[in-house]
Parts: sequence; structure tokens; C-alpha cells
Amino acid sequence: MNSENHDWKSFLLDLVSDLTPGAFVSILFLILVILIGLFAPWLAPFDQGEILTNVSFEPPSSMLWLGSDFLGRDLLSRLISGVRVTLFLALMITFLSFFLGVGLGFLAAAFGGKVDATISRINDALLSFPSLMLALIVINSLGSSFVVLVITIAFIDMTRVFRVARALAVNIMVMDYVEAAIVRGEGKVWIILHEVLPNSLTPLAAEFGIRFTYAILFISALSFLGLGVQPPQSDLGVLVKENMQALLYGEYTNIYPAVTIAAIAISMNVFVDWLLKKSSAKLSEEI
Amino acid sequence: MSVTIMISRRLLIGILTLLFVSILVFAGTEILPGDVAHAVLGQAATPESLALVRERLGLNEPVHVRYIVWLLNFVRGDFGASLATFGGSLAGQDIATELLNRGWNTMLLAGSTALIAVPLSIFLGLTAAIKPGGLVDRVLTSISLALISFPDFLVAVLLVTIFAIKLRWLPAIASIRPSYDFFDWVRILILPVAGLTFTILAHMLRMTRSAVIDVLSSPAIEMAILKGVPRRRLLIKHALPNAIGPIVNVIALNLAYLISGVVVIETMFNYNGLGRYMVEAVTNRDIPVVQACAMIFCSVYVIVNLISDVIAILSNPRVRYPK
Repeated sequence: MNSENHDWKSFLLDLVSDLTPGAFVSILFLILVILIGLFAPWLAPFDQGEILTNVSFEPPSSMLWLGSDFLGRDLLSRLISGVRVTLFLALMITFLSFFLGVGLGFLAAAFGGKVDATISRINDALLSFPSLMLALIVINSLGSSFVVLVITIAFIDMTRVFRVARALAVNIMVMDYVEAAIVRGEGKVWIILHEVLPNSLTPLAAEFGIRFTYAILFISALSFLGLGVQPPQSDLGVLVKENMQALLYGEYTNIYPAVTIAAIAISMNVFVDWLLKKSSAKLSEEI
Repeated sequence: MSVTIMISRRLLIGILTLLFVSILVFAGTEILPGDVAHAVLGQAATPESLALVRERLGLNEPVHVRYIVWLLNFVRGDFGASLATFGGSLAGQDIATELLNRGWNTMLLAGSTALIAVPLSIFLGLTAAIKPGGLVDRVLTSISLALISFPDFLVAVLLVTIFAIKLRWLPAIASIRPSYDFFDWVRILILPVAGLTFTILAHMLRMTRSAVIDVLSSPAIEMAILKGVPRRRLLIKHALPNAIGPIVNVIALNLAYLISGVVVIETMFNYNGLGRYMVEAVTNRDIPVVQACAMIFCSVYVIVNLISDVIAILSNPRVRYPK
């Protein structure tokens, strides 16, 4: 156990030396995006809500690097703050769905029998619901505040995380070292924390990346439909929607945020792909 | 277990799932703060008008009675009246007529997309799977990895920019006029169908590829390779029959993407279909319409999954020829 520190270092070194060019660029881009999200208020050249010009969809200039939006606000500043909102929501959603999904999945696998059967049945039933429909029904009833959006999408995601976490844990529960722990008289919770969790970290990290991407795409789609983030708040999806008219003016105002969403998602997927290949773990491709 | 028992069990589960879905749809639309009458009337809510609307919508009945009445009406094809045109007259638009009209448009959009996307993605998935790690595979996998990361609207926005705004070949908005003939329909449908195809193509390609690779690495195929079966015969005679189940499953799963894709693409192109109807209803809190649309989308999803499972049961030789 005293070599743990050393192990971590060599593990990290190992990871870095195995980086493919694609994975390297993706990680750099993701770090950049996260930094932009963190420091958005200080990075934005203007206040994102301030109307700077009375010309809609002004072409990019030395003052407004990406031009103005439909109300004459600085698109770059709005893009930067949109990245912040989108990342914040997606992170909240993914953390919540993992907390619930992994917890329930591990419990189901560790206890097995009736507990497992009950939770799995309920989960299967929820999976028979197209996720967008579930979201639309809840938003119809409760409106679309940040809290409703995060809880609803996290709930939808949870059903997918549960399946992955349970499958991983079921495979670990039959290992000799778990049997040894059971014979030693360790409790279920101890086994989950000390045997199942450490042995499923890499595939879970990959799944986290997949769910994070999915959360970004889902929330963007909802905002694009006008049912997600509501003005004056705006995420990347709102920016695409509210500037749709720009296309008719021959400007690319709403393509910038759309491409930003895609770039974040692509980087995350490339990173996850690399992580999965590296750990030779397999996750189901279903969403 | 014989095939009949397996299929009837699957059918029973399908019916139970539909019931569960209906409960969720009903409960989900009933968890409003306040009640439906408040939501309908909003600012115009006076005690008298509230009482009138409650009476008209049958809100004075207990919840379980309302659910059963709603479900029976739904099964009979009676979806009630829209609240959006409710106004003072209390005579809303009949939802069933509207659904029929828009449902046809959506079927046209989704059907054309499926007709193009399904064969294309299976072909590309198979091509990639023949030589995993080869050049073709690497190119297809990279492109599809990028495509699955695109938000549903990105391809459509790019297509509109290029073909509708810059080149002016096709309309940017797919509004429907009654006078349209076949070629007008084709003209307005090209961009939405292309956008929708891209959103599901990549997912289907990747799933088909991994399903076929799974089958190809099975012991039976290994045996056939060792026996010296030629490559083409190996794929068509040995691998494909075993891959039918998984591939059908892949197609069914992609209906989920198609459903959310349809909603986004219809809204984007102002196409008069069920998806846009539902988004408008959610925006206006038009509860009967939301319930009807959600039930239709969910039922289609459940039924397609059911059909795919039945095909998987039928195509599995181990089930067809029990010992």
C-alpha cells in the first residue's frame, strides 16, 4: 500500500505517453472550454446583455469579433457566457444522474435477488419511454426553470447510468476477491466502496463523458425548441434559436454556437473513445 | 420454451408497458401546480369561469375515474378538444382530426428518412465491419463519431445555409399548401429528410458495425474461417443470419433518435407535423394535445420495440428449433 503514490504517478505517465494526437487535441480543447466556462465574466469583452449597436447581425469587426446578435448585443460575449451556462447545467445533470444511477446500480448488484429484480424492472419500464417525451411532459407541467431541467434530465440519464453501473458491478461481484471479502465477513457497503467502486472507475469515467455529452446535446435541443433555458438566461441552444433569422441575412451568427456545441461534444467523444480503448472496457452504444 | 409462448409473453409485456406509459403520461400532465382549469384560463380565471371549465373538462371527478375515462376515450380514438382555441366559446378544435392530418405529414417525413437511412447505414456498417481497423473502417468510424456529437439541428442549419440561402436551390421552410403535387412535396422534403437522415445515420452505422463485429468474433464464425469458407460466403451465409436479431434491434433503438429528431427538425423547418404540434402545445400548456401527442409518440416507440423483439425471437435458430 505504501507504493500507492508511486503507482499513481506511473499510471499518469503511462496515460500521457499513450496519448493519440486526436485525444491530445481533444483534452486541450476541453480544458480550454472549462477555463472559459469558469472565467466567463472576466473573459467576455462586453456585458452579454448590453445592446451595443442598433444593427442586427452586424458582420464581425475589430470591436465585435463575431458580430452582433439579433438585438445588437456582442455575440462573442454571449457565446462565452452561453458556454458557461451549458457546461454548468450539463455538469449538474451528469453529477446528479451518476450519484443516483451508480448508487442504485451498485446496490442492486450487491444485494441481488428481489431488490435487484424490483429496481431493474422499474428501470426497464422507464426506459420504454422516449426521453424527449418525458422531458416535454414534465416541462409542460412544471415550466422550465434550471431546477426542473436539471432534475428531469438527470432522472432520464439515471436510467441509463443505472444499467451500465449495474452491469459493471454484477461482473465484479462474482470475482474471487469479492468472495474472499464476503467470507471475511465484510458488509455489502464495504464491498461496494472497497471492491466494486475502485474496479469500475475507468469504465465509469468513460460513461461519465458519454452522459455529459448527451446532457449537453439534450439541453441544447430543448433550448432550441424554446422549452429549455428561458431568456434572459441563455445557453448555447438559445443562441442558435434566437439568431435563426441571421441565415436569411447571409450571416453565420447562429452557426458559431451550434458549432461550439458540436466541438465540445466531439472532443468529449474522442476522449472517451481513447479512454475506452485504453482500458479495453466495453460500454453499450445505446442511449 | 416454444416460440408461441415466448411471443405471447412478449406481447403481454408490451401491453403492460403501454398501460404504464399511459399512466405516466396522464400523471405527468396532471402534476400541475393548481389544476388544469387554472392553467387554461390563466389571468382570466374568475370563480365562475373556473367552475365552467372544470365542468366542461370533467375535473370534478376523482383522478382515477378521469384516468380511466381518458384511457377509454383514447383507445376509441376520441382525443377531446384542444384548449388553445378554447377561448370564450368553450368549443376547442377537435384533436383527432388535427392528429390525423399532421400524423400523415410526420409519417411521410419519418418514413422517407427511414427508407434512406436504414439501408444506407446497414450497408456502411457492414462495410466498416468487414475489416475492423482498416482504412474504410477508420474513416467511417471517425466521421460517424463526429456526426453523433452534432446537435440535432446543426446539420439542418448547415444544409439550409448552403442549399437554401447561398445556392437558393431549395426552400428553407417546409410549409405545406393543399395545392402541392408530388414534385412540390419532394422539393420541400429534401432538406428536412437529409437533416434527419444525418442525425440517425451515424448512430445506426456504429451500432450495426459493433453488432456485426460481435457476431464475426463468435466461435461459430471462427470455425467457419478455419474450415476455409470463402470470405463472401462467410459474410452472407454465416454472419448475416446471426446478425439479423442485433441489427433489427439497432433499427428499433434508432426510432428513439428519430422521434426526438422529428420534433427538432419539424420545429426548425416549420413543418406541419406531430412534433411541432406537440412543441406548440407544450409552449401553450395545451394539456389534451400534449397528452395525445405524447401517447402517440410513446406508443409508436413501444410497438416498434415490440415488433423488433418478435423478429429477434423468430430469427433466432436456437428458439425456432427447440431441442
